[in-house]
Amino acid sequence: MITRREALIGAVTAAAAAAAVSFPAAVHAAPEGAEGLPRHKVELVAPPFVHAHDQVAKTGPRIVEFTMTIEEKPVVIDDEGTVLQGMTFNGSIPGPMMVVHEGDYVELTLVNPETNEMPHNIDFHAATGALGGAALSQVNPGEQVTLRFKATRTGTFVYHCAPEGMIPWHVVSGMSGTIMVLPRDGLKNEKGEPLRYDRIYYVGENEFYIPRDADGNFVSFESLGESYADTLAVMRGLVPTHVVFNGRVGALTGENAMKAKVGETVLIVHSQANRDTRPHLIGGHGDYVWEEGKFANPPAKDLETWFIRGGSAGAALYTFLQPGVYAYVNHNLIEAVELGATAHFTVEGEWDDDLMTQVRAPAPIPGM
Amino acid sequence: MGTRLVAIACVLLAGTAAVVLAAAPERTGSHAAGFSPETVTVAPAAFEHVRPGEYLHASGRPTRAPRIHVTARNPVEIMRYQVTLGEYARCVDAGACKPADGRGPMDAPVTGVSHIDAAAYAAWMSKATDETWRLPTDEEWAQAAAEKFVPDVEPAEEDPDNPARAWLSSYSREAALGRKADPVAKPKGTFGTNSNGVSDLAGNVWEWTSTCYVRVTLADDEGSVSEVENCGVHVVEGFHRTYMSNFIRDGKSGGCAVGLPPDNLGFRLVREQPGFLGRLKASLGRS
Repeated sequence: MITRREALIGAVTAAAAAAAVSFPAAVHAAPEGAEGLPRHKVELVAPPFVHAHDQVAKTGPRIVEFTMTIEEKPVVIDDEGTVLQGMTFNGSIPGPMMVVHEGDYVELTLVNPETNEMPHNIDFHAATGALGGAALSQVNPGEQVTLRFKATRTGTFVYHCAPEGMIPWHVVSGMSGTIMVLPRDGLKNEKGEPLRYDRIYYVGENEFYIPRDADGNFVSFESLGESYADTLAVMRGLVPTHVVFNGRVGALTGENAMKAKVGETVLIVHSQANRDTRPHLIGGHGDYVWEEGKFANPPAKDLETWFIRGGSAGAALYTFLQPGVYAYVNHNLIEAVELGATAHFTVEGEWDDDLMTQVRAPAPIPGM
Repeated sequence: MGTRLVAIACVLLAGTAAVVLAAAPERTGSHAAGFSPETVTVAPAAFEHVRPGEYLHASGRPTRAPRIHVTARNPVEIMRYQVTLGEYARCVDAGACKPADGRGPMDAPVTGVSHIDAAAYAAWMSKATDETWRLPTDEEWAQAAAEKFVPDVEPAEEDPDNPARAWLSSYSREAALGRKADPVAKPKGTFGTNSNGVSDLAGNVWEWTSTCYVRVTLADDEGSVSEVENCGVHVVEGFHRTYMSNFIRDGKSGGCAVGLPPDNLGFRLVREQPGFLGRLKASLGRS
């Protein structure tokens, strides 16, 4: 069992070590690039939705301000009532998606309320230096910090919590999200022609490692700290008990299925902060897919299934051609069906018989 | 004189037989074998029913299941409660049933049982009691369930030129059912009683029937052009009617395209009324 005191002592040591290596946290040199730039404040929204943004930047570079409050809370992750002692950015698993343009500055205020047990920080895979910002964003319960980094590379990038000594545990407890850095003139295909989306969805995939008791039932712990040792033992086996989209089995199905219309172009951003996955849209394709998630590379075309390596986010663009219900899955079908990695799209519109038709309905085999 | 004696003897024998037949067979059948299943005898009824299975129009497009008027001629004697874990355990102890997957109190319904398991229990119980216990048919279940019966979730709209309309409509209807997950088997009686006195219908245990899945192609007058029965899949009754493969013990693998799949699979049995010979046999020499 890890006590709050142990957790905090570990954090203080790590912060001291980090501070000795990079420049002291209290001093901030005024970066010439950011000085005088206009500021723009963004209200984040919960996944799978993404806050309003322009695909083509309408202004010059600016400082984009975000605030995230860390919330440790138990969350139910399946229909059997299994409880994960969760750690979240802004109360959701995954954390909310941020969108900026190349050349913008991301200024994040990270708040760790007194009610939390653990220290937290943030590592932006889009950022440069200081362990992605982790070394400069450590906050104990009762503290907040503000970090600024320049978005120098375009693409979809994971962010996640990374406190020294417990990094994987925080990540597999739900503390990851995505930031998308768009080219200032928007997405382009391999010929440099513009690609635009009518809708964007963010599908964050997480896997969980929930301990079982002697009877094989999932254990519910009283607190975050109490869950640590047993959870770590399951983690070390490398076989998850749950693989889910948007934080729980079935989160993006039924009333919460993602919606689209025939003729609409949808950008599906998919992140997995820890473990490989292979998204597939059943009944559809990836017209243009940035598998590694980096827009400086031309997108791959007409993919059936794409590969999102653990520790990254990718993006797939698709224009729906047929109406109906689509499943969007991690195409390890065991993980999709047995462990929870399935989402649905419901798509309205006209059916195209030319693309597919049932020539003869099922009927008894003649002569039998 | 000889014939008169024979005639008197016949009358006496017949009288004795009648007396014996009329007496309740307390030393025979279920009670003798140590069973005491509470049953409800549901009177013959006439009711509107939605035929189970999948239906295609002669043109090939999916269509609604026909609505039929059922006039049941016979009463149905059905278990008041689903078979419990305690009852099922006796079959397991006797070596005639595989242990169920479900856990819970002994007086809760047995869950985590497939159609094959239910049929095995019915066969064992029939042998032990020398009565005929079996799964109800879909119509018998509907007759017993009365107001608690819910047919398949059907699409609200269909379009012969656009198969997606029916898929989307079924999807949103199932999602809108808003059913909450309820995986733990509860003690019998938890889900109340219907107008026939039958308990725990359409609770969190979905019940196997003996009716096979069927795909029917209909002519214009709703007479069949063809029917293909698939008895590898049986009709399951519960929160709504659905179909599951015989070997499935865990409802989550099917039943609804979206929304919550059946929480639990269980069953209850009907006792077939024996014919005259059956009653005679029951009253003579069984103990």
